[in-house]
Amino acid sequence: MLSRVADAIYWMCRYIERAENVARCIDVNHYLMMDMPEKGKGEWASLIRVTGDHQSFVERVGEATEENVIDFLTFDPENPNSILSCVRAARENARSIREVISSEMWEQINRFFLMVTNPQAKEDALETPHKFYEEVKMASHLFAGLCEGTLTHSEGWHFTQLGRFIERADKSSRILDVKYFILLPEPGFVGTPYDSIQWGAVLKSASALEMYRKRYNRISPASVVEFLVLDSEFPRAIHYCLLSAERAVHGINGTPQGTSTNEVERKLGKLRSDLDFAEVNEIIDFGLHEYLDGLQAKLNQVGSSIFNQYFALRPVQEPYGPKA
Amino acid sequence: MDFSSYETDDFYDEIITPENEPRPSARKLVEKIHSLLDGEIERRQRSAEATLFDMGITFTIYQGDKSTDRIFPFDIIPRIIPSSEWVQIENGLKQRIHALNLFINDVYNEGKIFSDGVIPEDLVKSSQAFRKQCIGLQPPQGIWCHITGTDIIRHSDGEYYVLEDNLRSPSGVSYVLENRHVLKRTFPQVFQASGVRPVVDYPNKLLETLQHLGGGFEANPNVVVLTPGVYNSAYFEHSFLAQQMGIDLVEGRDLVVNDDHVFKRTTKGFEHVDVIYRRIDDDFLDPEVFRPESFLGVPGIFEAFRKGNVALANAPGAGIADDKAVYAYVPEIIKYYLGEDAILANVPTYICDRDKELKYVLEHLDELVVKAVNESGGYGMLVGPHSTEKERKEFAEKIRANPRNYIAQPTLALSRVPVIVDDHFEGRHVDLRPYILFGEEIYVLPGGLTRVALRKGSLVVNSSQGGGSKDTWVLHEDEPLG
Repeated sequence: MLSRVADAIYWMCRYIERAENVARCIDVNHYLMMDMPEKGKGEWASLIRVTGDHQSFVERVGEATEENVIDFLTFDPENPNSILSCVRAARENARSIREVISSEMWEQINRFFLMVTNPQAKEDALETPHKFYEEVKMASHLFAGLCEGTLTHSEGWHFTQLGRFIERADKSSRILDVKYFILLPEPGFVGTPYDSIQWGAVLKSASALEMYRKRYNRISPASVVEFLVLDSEFPRAIHYCLLSAERAVHGINGTPQGTSTNEVERKLGKLRSDLDFAEVNEIIDFGLHEYLDGLQAKLNQVGSSIFNQYFALRPVQEPYGPKA
Repeated sequence: MDFSSYETDDFYDEIITPENEPRPSARKLVEKIHSLLDGEIERRQRSAEATLFDMGITFTIYQGDKSTDRIFPFDIIPRIIPSSEWVQIENGLKQRIHALNLFINDVYNEGKIFSDGVIPEDLVKSSQAFRKQCIGLQPPQGIWCHITGTDIIRHSDGEYYVLEDNLRSPSGVSYVLENRHVLKRTFPQVFQASGVRPVVDYPNKLLETLQHLGGGFEANPNVVVLTPGVYNSAYFEHSFLAQQMGIDLVEGRDLVVNDDHVFKRTTKGFEHVDVIYRRIDDDFLDPEVFRPESFLGVPGIFEAFRKGNVALANAPGAGIADDKAVYAYVPEIIKYYLGEDAILANVPTYICDRDKELKYVLEHLDELVVKAVNESGGYGMLVGPHSTEKERKEFAEKIRANPRNYIAQPTLALSRVPVIVDDHFEGRHVDLRPYILFGEEIYVLPGGLTRVALRKGSLVVNSSQGGGSKDTWVLHEDEPLG
């Protein structure tokens, strides 16, 4: 497969997944805000910190009101990580590989784009946020389903999986981090009924509440962390994402699991095996935020090696030699 | 909707005779239209447009940071070509392409046509499409023009004339295939009854043509389509053809030349490329040989081509044969190489580079169509009868400044085909672009793109100037007269 095409497939899926996760982050914040007593409100600023765009927000937008933050994260065309920018970038990538993806996938991205650029969308996002962000999530799910159901499961499909799961691993860690940032100014909440409400909201925004209850029944911080970081079966858990990404890489390379033939397999394999044997108490003792920070850094390294291995336009060094 | 009040206005109408009868080839279609309930034709037109939109057969208009997708306007009433007429077109095109290929090869090699005094050497070599880099070059299989789209019109005398030869990546064939796809849904019964020849085989034929080129050095050659990229207005077609042929669509940055061989960059390393259907103009193909500032092309690709390590379709330099001043000589070119008279006539053409003809052109600007020899898409032209005094004055200045750059032709009464206008039919002018492939043999796709000037009275069919398209039916057999 052409490097440029693989690159476009990978980023198309990362951007769609990213748009979905921005919607989840906003959603969890809404939930938290609604159940908090008055003095805990006004934490929209922390949401910006979670997505990593704090500086650009302060410089360009200023005050972190609910409306400003929602607009910045959802519709701001100049914020490269806004939902609008993500869907637009996914569409531009898709447009350059229309002959590779299925027409159903292209049409869905198109519809998604029309949905977030609709003039009515801004009002919907403020008036009925839950409904609007739910639609964003569903548009992403539908796209993922179309990848699964209409694209041949060969190299290109493995790149869709790789993009999706690398992005999801990163963003699941950030959704957990929302909780950390929200709580930061009010340590007094820890262990109160609000605390379990908040953890419940985190689970809900990862679509994990029901699945969590089947396994643990009661909500406790350690179990929530264990579920969202270390579970190997729940599809938004970081461990699960890494397992899936690793499978995709071996699918791309045509190599068996448990071996490593290139940098991507090595880096991803090491990170995944860290999570194979990690225990939740170690994570909490180490500090959840610090642990997630480290994880995000390692994911970035995996991303760089994917770029170098598959996409980078390398200078020519005697390829396979000219054919006779 | 019916044709009872339809007027042909002294033009040749492809569907309806001046006596307001359907032509024999269109009888089944007209019967069907007359049998439909009120409003049904309009409904089918809307549904065809919706289908095109859903299929994503759109082009993108960029305005600032906003982009809009529009469909290429399409009218569901087909243009119908009887079998006997098609035989003439097909034979005429095969003859023409055969001769033009010999001409290009001669121009860049022995130049016999110059020494025999058939066409002036400086007229050819002063063309912007002449590529001195191609002198002495022998492309694989001796073929220069693998894919050609020739523009043909029918005049009010009922005869077909060649208007232009397009040997530089002619576009539009994807619309031929998509229009057919849509019309099969629109008039399924008429299709069977009329006996319409299929066009669906084109991608297959194109792939065979390209593979034939690589036959010299590879049993199963690696063929790719090279596009300038997603912002090119024909990008949809590049992508569509690559998809239909099941081969990679590459951009310049996907290719690299090493040791005079071309490779594509893949996730598993470099892969040798044998044949390139390039949709990038000569000028932008190789910054080392042509325009140095081009980012679209591939440095070193021309040298790989010259050494015979990669085949390019069409070959660089082939555009010399569609220079509009060279065009005027095509009947002589055919006679010279093949010893035959041209089966398809040329439109009489005045070459402004010749003093006498220049004088005539300047005196008759209000009757003539003047065209820049190197432009296409309806740009750089003056339609005399539809121009203002001021426009003619300005144009005369341009011609005097650079006569070599202009030719003129009488204003032709292009034939018409009915289009749907609100709740009735009106005649609109059309041309026809058949597609010709030169591989193991010369193949003419039975059909082509019928472009239609949708603005009332307009003679300019180009999509950039308010043109649309129609499906083109070539029939298996003629209907018996009577």
